[in-house]
Amino acid sequence: MNDITHLIQLLTVLLLAVFVGFEVISKVPTTLHTPLMSATNAIHGIVFIGAILVVGKLFVGPTSPLLAIISVAALTLGAINVFGGFAVTERMLQMFKKKEGPRP
Amino acid sequence: MSVALSLANLVAVALFIYGLHQLNSPPTARAGNRLAMLGMAIALVSSLLQTQGIGWWAILVGVILGGAIGIVAALRVKMTAMPQMVALYNGAGGGAAALISTLEFFVLASGKGENAVVSVSLVLSAIIGCLSFAGSIIAFLKLQELMTGRPITYPGQQVVNGAILLAILFLAGWFIATLGTMPILAFLGLLLCSLLLGILFVLPIGGADMPVVISLLNSFTGLAVAVTGFEINSPLLIICGALVGASGTLLTVMMGKAMNRPLTNVLFGAFGSGGGSEPDAGSGGPQQIRSASADDVAIMLAYASKVIFVPGYGMAVAQAQHSVKALGDQLEKRGVKVLYAIHPVAGRMPGHMNVLLAESNVPYEQLLDMEDANPEFSTTDVALVIGANDVTNPAARNVKSSPIYGMPILDVDRAANVIVLKRSMRSGFAGIDNPLYEMPNTSMLFGDAKASVDALTSAVKAL
Repeated sequence: MNDITHLIQLLTVLLLAVFVGFEVISKVPTTLHTPLMSATNAIHGIVFIGAILVVGKLFVGPTSPLLAIISVAALTLGAINVFGGFAVTERMLQMFKKKEGPRP
Repeated sequence: MSVALSLANLVAVALFIYGLHQLNSPPTARAGNRLAMLGMAIALVSSLLQTQGIGWWAILVGVILGGAIGIVAALRVKMTAMPQMVALYNGAGGGAAALISTLEFFVLASGKGENAVVSVSLVLSAIIGCLSFAGSIIAFLKLQELMTGRPITYPGQQVVNGAILLAILFLAGWFIATLGTMPILAFLGLLLCSLLLGILFVLPIGGADMPVVISLLNSFTGLAVAVTGFEINSPLLIICGALVGASGTLLTVMMGKAMNRPLTNVLFGAFGSGGGSEPDAGSGGPQQIRSASADDVAIMLAYASKVIFVPGYGMAVAQAQHSVKALGDQLEKRGVKVLYAIHPVAGRMPGHMNVLLAESNVPYEQLLDMEDANPEFSTTDVALVIGANDVTNPAARNVKSSPIYGMPILDVDRAANVIVLKRSMRSGFAGIDNPLYEMPNTSMLFGDAKASVDALTSAVKAL
């Protein structure tokens, strides 16, 4: 029973996050759609943290070489996703400029 | 999980949402990205504290390897190659989710946990993660032109895909029924089938439909991450996955609308062809095509009062964005009002043209989306179409038999003069004749987009 209530709580969180997502994203102008996509890309790089949590659980005792390799692979992919995603978004956004006016 | 760590995650989530909110306008967007970075850093430190650094060497290897690859690629990639870059990051996220599920599978297989929620979410995250990973890799190969961008089809395609899907469903059912204690080989089979389906699902989709595919893969990875959150009981992953899933879904729907085609048609229609390797058409014999010289066009542009540039994928292929900006500058010097009209599906991903023009320092106020651009054409002296085709095809408005009938287009034909920069008379991705080229107010300027624009710039300068 406790499991079920916990699941429902998580589902509630999911539902609310989906609504917030639609609400926030629908305000992004078309001109920023590519940076939006790479920014959300970086945010799903949160799997990197998922990988850290799983590794933390798994590596408590001795681990097999196979699991160690899979862990490193998961962490590497997650890190590519996080660091690359934020870096490329930053690079793109610094190009969006206003019309150069009197102000520098 | 201690209170402090939960609080840290709460702060991270708030920063992600507020950061995304800041993306609603170009002046605040950069701060938004920084806030999201800060959120990620907080979440990262708190999770490291939570696990007390267990497996630190693996994490270190991952950060050094993955961080180096990710950042170097991010700094080196050309802006024209942004769609394939985003596809790769997508694939990395999906792949990571699938691998996390694989690790969790070994935990389950060793009999440490028996929980229906964990088994269901584990199997879903493995399947969706593999789909997203394999699909993204194929999308990358197509966009990078390491394989043909044309749809790859073969007889019985749907049957094969259906059979693989059934196999996946069977294995997933088995997995859930045994609460994750199925043989390792069967789980491996599940992963392989999911990877295969990911490959087969993107293969038949053509280059010009990539904006839809990239958005869809983005939402898949978001979904995979959210499900992973259920698997490892992390609200942080659930929320982030849901945000990305919502964003990807919204963009997918927008792209589909901009093409006036339902998603099923994009995914299963094998409609679009590739990046432009068709032979010069000539067949069908277009009738009253007028071709103009750069000098003629330059005069027209220089004495216009309003000019609208309409960029398309051809501009990206020719890397012509800087030349276009130079031409715009020359015209503005002469007092011509210069605007850019951008169709939602121009290019290979949502917003592709905007990023290229931003790279060449075009201020974002000059970039108009379709709704804002269309009323402008009737008061425009010259519309200069640079490597765009189907998104300017008036057949979409009035030829009921046309495959693109009903697709919203940029009304370039309403401008007083239309100049089309084009390599040759071959048709666009849909292989459809474009009546725009035969209209009395249209002239064609044949050649490579970059070379043509450069020629125009020097001709305007010489006037």
